[in-house]
Amino acid sequence: MNESFDVAIVGAGPAGISTACILAESGVKTIVLERGEYPGSKNMFGGVLYGHDLAQILPDYVQRGCPVERNIVESRIWYLSEDGGYQLGYRDRAFDDELKFNVFTVARAKFDRWFADQAAQKGALVICSTVVTDLLRDGSGKVIGVRTDRPEGDLRASVVLLSDGINSPLAAKTGFRPEPKPENVALAVKETIALPEEVIDERFNVGPGQGVTTEILGEVTLGMNGVAFLYTNKASLSVGIGANLADFAARRVKPYEMLERFKAHPMVAPLIKAGKPREYLAHWLPEGGYDAIPQLCGDGFLVAGDSAMLFNAPHREGSNLAMASGRLAAEAIMEALQRGDFSRRGLAGYSARLESSFVIQDLKKYRHFPGFLGRHHEIFTTLPGAAAAAAREMIRVDGVPKRRKQQSILRNLRRRLPLLDWIRLLWDGWRAFR
Amino acid sequence: MSVKVEDKLFLNRFRVDEESHLGLIDYSLCTRECPDQPCLYICPANVYRLEADRISVNYEGCLECGTCRIGCPHFNIEWRFPKGGYGVRHKFG
Repeated sequence: MNESFDVAIVGAGPAGISTACILAESGVKTIVLERGEYPGSKNMFGGVLYGHDLAQILPDYVQRGCPVERNIVESRIWYLSEDGGYQLGYRDRAFDDELKFNVFTVARAKFDRWFADQAAQKGALVICSTVVTDLLRDGSGKVIGVRTDRPEGDLRASVVLLSDGINSPLAAKTGFRPEPKPENVALAVKETIALPEEVIDERFNVGPGQGVTTEILGEVTLGMNGVAFLYTNKASLSVGIGANLADFAARRVKPYEMLERFKAHPMVAPLIKAGKPREYLAHWLPEGGYDAIPQLCGDGFLVAGDSAMLFNAPHREGSNLAMASGRLAAEAIMEALQRGDFSRRGLAGYSARLESSFVIQDLKKYRHFPGFLGRHHEIFTTLPGAAAAAAREMIRVDGVPKRRKQQSILRNLRRRLPLLDWIRLLWDGWRAFR
Repeated sequence: MSVKVEDKLFLNRFRVDEESHLGLIDYSLCTRECPDQPCLYICPANVYRLEADRISVNYEGCLECGTCRIGCPHFNIEWRFPKGGYGVRHKFG
């Protein structure tokens, strides 16, 4: 590979392909290097993608045959104890009308492949089965290309976009981002469970093509700071659970055992009953929030998507931040190409654009969220059981006067969590979400 | 609850390289200085197993998440991606 490119992109995920689409459309000589056999073959997420950010790259993505699993018409939140739980959901006709495809599920092995095809049709060169093992630098340290695991695999480029995801040995080796600390990532495992389309429609009370997302907190993560999810695909369910990696290490919990327990929960088991597991995968989620974002660009390189730790945990938004950061990287790269300046200063338009976009603004808003969950393990330990006991008591009909029930519930809540801790929880919670 | 992770890994497609992409830098360190041995339980694919008195590395079922690399308290795991095109191959993702 003696050819040189304007831009080399590491990783064919939502961030890298977004950049490639925009650059290739403008005639910028772009190469995408993907380590998997095909784009998406190494990629995994919960399952939710966002139409607004995809449309900014491909306005006609529906006509182009984007492989949508289900259009999300209802979003649920569950707070579970060991034996039951609270549920809250919101459904709206608008989500199947003017907001159709604002939120939808995809399978990454299909979506990323399709997305990379669109970039290739626009003129980007997408090369698979190629691992980028190092960055090439000149005497001053400026990045001038990449080294791959192919024979004579050095490749020169004016700009390198690092969109190789959260797990990046390249980052660790080259130092463009420090290796994440265990407390800054969550380890999630997910099973894809096949069920007939009509069975999913019935169990989730939706019509054909319509879907439901469920985000789940509580005792299911066995006292660890974590979250579970249940998403509907066309003819399968994505059932996953994750927790902070530092918590996993401290608690000696095996991820797949936690997943099996979750699948057996009384609120989950009936929904996946008779389903056939088809795939079992594991992946990290960037959990550090705003304070874990690395330097976003340097001399000759930019960092986007999960590589840049762009993940909005309270809203489970990640794929849209990847696509938006990829788009803004493309804009900044084109600016740099016009000026012929690929130094950190020349690429700084990227940081500026991200700062003024919803991406950084949202992460800033929830800056205290990771710390909030880390400091308040009661959300995952004592509170689910206490909340469950309260509901059970109020619903149970047993001749006990309601005022007495109320008093015993309050006593129990105070006993499980002292008043001062309640105040601390509410105060920190307000700070995390305001 | 005892779960056989092999049943789960069996669902996946792998293109296994003859050469391991994972390795322990110093095998003796694991028994000498690591009483907790978190690799034995944090790995979602149960790649690391205690056999007799040493840890074996069953790289064939690795899901390439990176957990062992940063979860090893002694950073004793040499971690590369499998060669291009090798390793786990997602059908669904």
